Amino acid sequence: MINDQYYRRRYIISGITVGVVLIYVIRLFFLQVIDQSTKDQADNNALVRQTIYPSRGLMYDRNGELLVFNQPIYEVTMIMREMKEGWDTVAFCHCLKISREEFNTRIEEIKDRRKNRGYSRWTPQVFMSQLKKEDIASLQEELFLFPGVQIQKRTLRDYTYNAAAHVLGSVGEVNQSDLDNDPYYTRGDYSGRDGLEKTYEQQLRGKKGVEVLMRDVRGRIQGSYQGGELDRTAVAGTDLYTTLDIHLQMLAEELLSGKIGSAVAIEPKTGEILALASNPAWNPKVLVGKERSKNYTTLLKDPTKPLMNRATQATYSPGSTFKTIQSLVCLEQGAITPNTLYPCSGPGSTPIKCTHHHGSPVALDRAIEQSCNPYFWCAFRDLLQKDGYGKDNADFRHRYELWRDAVMEFGLGQKFTDTDLNEQSSGSIPSTKYFDRWYGKTGWKAITIRSLSIGQGEILVTPLQLANQAATIANGGYFISPHLNKHDSMRIHRHNLHIKSKHFDAVKEGMHRVMIYGTGRHYAVDTLHMAGKTGTVQNSHGRDHAIFIGFAPVEDPQIAVAVVVENAGFGATWACPIASMMIEQYLTGEVKRKDLRKRIGESVLNAGVKKW
Amino acid sequence: MRASRSGNIWQYVDWPTIWMFLGLVFFGWLNIYGASYTFDQTSIVDFSNRAGKQFAWIMGSLSLGIVLLLIDYKTYDVLTYIAYGLMIALLLVTPFLARDIKGSMSWISLGPVNIQPAEFAKCIVALAIAKYMGQYDYKLRTWRDLVVPFVLMGVPALIIMVLQKETGSALVFAAFLLVFYRQGMSGYVLWCGVAAVALFILSIRFGAVPLPLGTGSVGTLCCMLLLIGIEIYFICKEHPIRWQLLILSGSVIVIYGIGLLINIWWSVPFGWLSIGIVVALSLYAAVVAFYFRRYALIWVALFNLACIGYTQACDFVFTRVLQPHQRIRIEVLLGMKEDPAGAGYNVNQARIAIGSGRFFGKGYLNGTQTKLQFVPEQDTDFIFCTVGEEWGFVGSLGVLILYVFFILRLITIAERQRNTTTQIYAYAVASIFLFHLMINVGMVLGLLPVIGIPLPFFSYGGSSLWGFTMLLFILLRLDAARMEQLR
Repeated sequence: MINDQYYRRRYIISGITVGVVLIYVIRLFFLQVIDQSTKDQADNNALVRQTIYPSRGLMYDRNGELLVFNQPIYEVTMIMREMKEGWDTVAFCHCLKISREEFNTRIEEIKDRRKNRGYSRWTPQVFMSQLKKEDIASLQEELFLFPGVQIQKRTLRDYTYNAAAHVLGSVGEVNQSDLDNDPYYTRGDYSGRDGLEKTYEQQLRGKKGVEVLMRDVRGRIQGSYQGGELDRTAVAGTDLYTTLDIHLQMLAEELLSGKIGSAVAIEPKTGEILALASNPAWNPKVLVGKERSKNYTTLLKDPTKPLMNRATQATYSPGSTFKTIQSLVCLEQGAITPNTLYPCSGPGSTPIKCTHHHGSPVALDRAIEQSCNPYFWCAFRDLLQKDGYGKDNADFRHRYELWRDAVMEFGLGQKFTDTDLNEQSSGSIPSTKYFDRWYGKTGWKAITIRSLSIGQGEILVTPLQLANQAATIANGGYFISPHLNKHDSMRIHRHNLHIKSKHFDAVKEGMHRVMIYGTGRHYAVDTLHMAGKTGTVQNSHGRDHAIFIGFAPVEDPQIAVAVVVENAGFGATWACPIASMMIEQYLTGEVKRKDLRKRIGESVLNAGVKKW
Repeated sequence: MRASRSGNIWQYVDWPTIWMFLGLVFFGWLNIYGASYTFDQTSIVDFSNRAGKQFAWIMGSLSLGIVLLLIDYKTYDVLTYIAYGLMIALLLVTPFLARDIKGSMSWISLGPVNIQPAEFAKCIVALAIAKYMGQYDYKLRTWRDLVVPFVLMGVPALIIMVLQKETGSALVFAAFLLVFYRQGMSGYVLWCGVAAVALFILSIRFGAVPLPLGTGSVGTLCCMLLLIGIEIYFICKEHPIRWQLLILSGSVIVIYGIGLLINIWWSVPFGWLSIGIVVALSLYAAVVAFYFRRYALIWVALFNLACIGYTQACDFVFTRVLQPHQRIRIEVLLGMKEDPAGAGYNVNQARIAIGSGRFFGKGYLNGTQTKLQFVPEQDTDFIFCTVGEEWGFVGSLGVLILYVFFILRLITIAERQRNTTTQIYAYAVASIFLFHLMINVGMVLGLLPVIGIPLPFFSYGGSSLWGFTMLLFILLRLDAARMEQLR
């Protein structure tokens, strides 16, 4: 147009157009390039990460017998939206053998968003879980009658034998600290809670897989995302071959039944634990599935403390079994020789009386054989006073520390740190500081701590440490940390003692005599060449604890055993036969002494002990 | 040049516009397919789905375009007012024939398809206004000359808004303000619009926020400061005397300073104080206006007094006149309410869909948010989400740039007309496209409240596609005719 005075306004209108779009481009740039949050929000919207659980590794005994495996269990899920008219609730309840009321309660629980935060009418909701195959069998057949109902398979632990519950451990839901410490877990996952299940959790659990699925706005699954490119398959857990001999383990548990106590067997040359029994125990099947928490609480409340693994966690004074170590340390540190003689006046001896009648004076071999208390008091006294007391008892104290170091070389007074046993107590070999606190620095002498000479008093050991002690003597001066994984040779965990092997020969001879002439003679099997030492330990909880350590055959030991029966009486009467039968079982494959087995196995020393 | 024969129309038609039109329609169709795509779907021309139906609409639209180009250009001029009358009648009867679709009474059901007469009204109103303002004896000098165009624009807008309850479609008629502006309407009208929006936002958003000192709301204070600024600016512009700017602004500052001082002992009503200052400045402006014969200042004074009333009425409009769903949309937009599950759901999901597209997009047919129906109305009003998610920043930028070129091309076409009617009509077309683009994309990006109007050529729907086609191809026909008028 000609003479258009508003001609320039075309630029303003063009400018508005460009300006508006420019603002939008800036906004787009902010949304699509700078703001990073929408990517995750979009994924949260549309993607479902479905975890594929790997099957947990199995456990075998040393001979390849299956101990722990997985049992399938079933979960019934339902999609509420698909439960339309004609959905036969009565028939459904009949299939699952539940009442109409239970059905209604459960449905209300599912729909209650306070209890079930992820509730959606369009996605499968768990109706019942942890069902056995027989529970869902009839539903499975008539599943087509119930639209929206699905049966999901999961796995639980199952056990071939009712044995070794403490050793195998159990699997339970992860707790908050597991979630905080290991990003592998998500809420509701299962992990090993104790025993081998816990120690070898990393190996047994395998690797979870994931399937990335797309869901629409209603929560309906719409197929896999990017053609399954991001999916990962689950990697099954690695099986665990344990060092246990399950038949030896079961024998130990059988013999301990009705009693509180424990039995540990070790293969001396390898440190492999052949049996680790603690009684009272429970059937491992009771700590599985939906009964787990209820049963766990029952076990926790039981006054006999079945959850405690007495073989590794209970501590006792070793009593006369400690005389073997006492002999070795006194020989090594030059307080005695095998020929040194000490007099014994039987029960009239002072300051410690002898519990046996035997000739006097005695040398080392007969002292062990007869478990002569005065002999070991004299040897201990002479060891500690070898250099006199010195200024402020310094020389005496030095001797005591040397003695303590030598004793602790046997693995006493400390936990085995280089092993796969989870629950352990350290026991105790008292230090000079300990006595200083009680008596003052110069207030204690050899006579003050005389009960240590015969393994009473402040010394505390675990049955596992006792068995390891037996294995060390059997090996003649070394041990390999006791362990449970057959595929871990543990050779690097060999501990050599600073005691000459000839001293071990002298002690072994004494222990051999125990089984021929001494306290263990009634339960020896001549062909098996057993060596052993009994112990009868006074304690504040009632009758004496019966203790026995031993190994066989003497010339080439294949098995070392320690047995503790609490409040049973003489070690020779209760602990020795159990150990003897375990040795027989391991070396010959059977127990020929059927009557003895029956008598010991059926004896009830503590009426409170239950069998789970 | 003699080129009135229809056979030569292809020689004079503006091909760049046609190519851009085809580009937008085709890309829009791809995105409708993307937005309505589900995983078990295979064919893009399956007529049971929306992409297939849109294909049919596009074919119809192309035929319509060709027919419109082949009609003699004089026909449009002849039929304009008749069409306008018929259109008003149709709009009036529509609510009585219409079925209620999501609260809207604007759809007439014709067998298998629904049509929305309002989409075609824009074109006819544009023609009518262009014809009226393009008369030889018409000259836009005073506001009286705008009465008829405003009536032509306002009647259908009112019918659509009040009877058909289609606020979005009615708002589009505001686009004609740009046309009037180009023809000589005062620029202050546009500024008044900007000021009205600013005052509305300030008084709604901060109307309930109390001042930290004294009494009154942050909203009132901000509105009044804005008005004080406007008033001082115009007084000094119309009546430039020495020191006046300094004296006026200095006095305002001193008054506020005294107010703050008094506030130490007594609570000062700063809201009312600010209103008082605006009134005082208006009186001053009126005095200047009469004393020095600067009559324009009377309008400034009246405008400011009106604005005081307007700000006080905003709250009433907001709570009483607007419907609850409209109110919540504005509250969500202004960040006064967080409601990602309710009123804010669309906008939030749109933001997630677009944002998650990142720079290069997720790839065609790979958008999870739109594919899995997280964004409501994703193939109609929110179609731009699909573009953002699947084609990323690059694709969205491309689409916006194409629109800019398209609208600028329409402006170019408008400016080359010798016939005023055609020029006005061309500006109307450009303004309507600009308005749709601005409202729709602004809504999807969360910058404007949710107002349901389609994105031209992209949103699914036959009425809107055919309406825009009519709008555009009548322009192309008239444009092609400029050569014929040359002789």
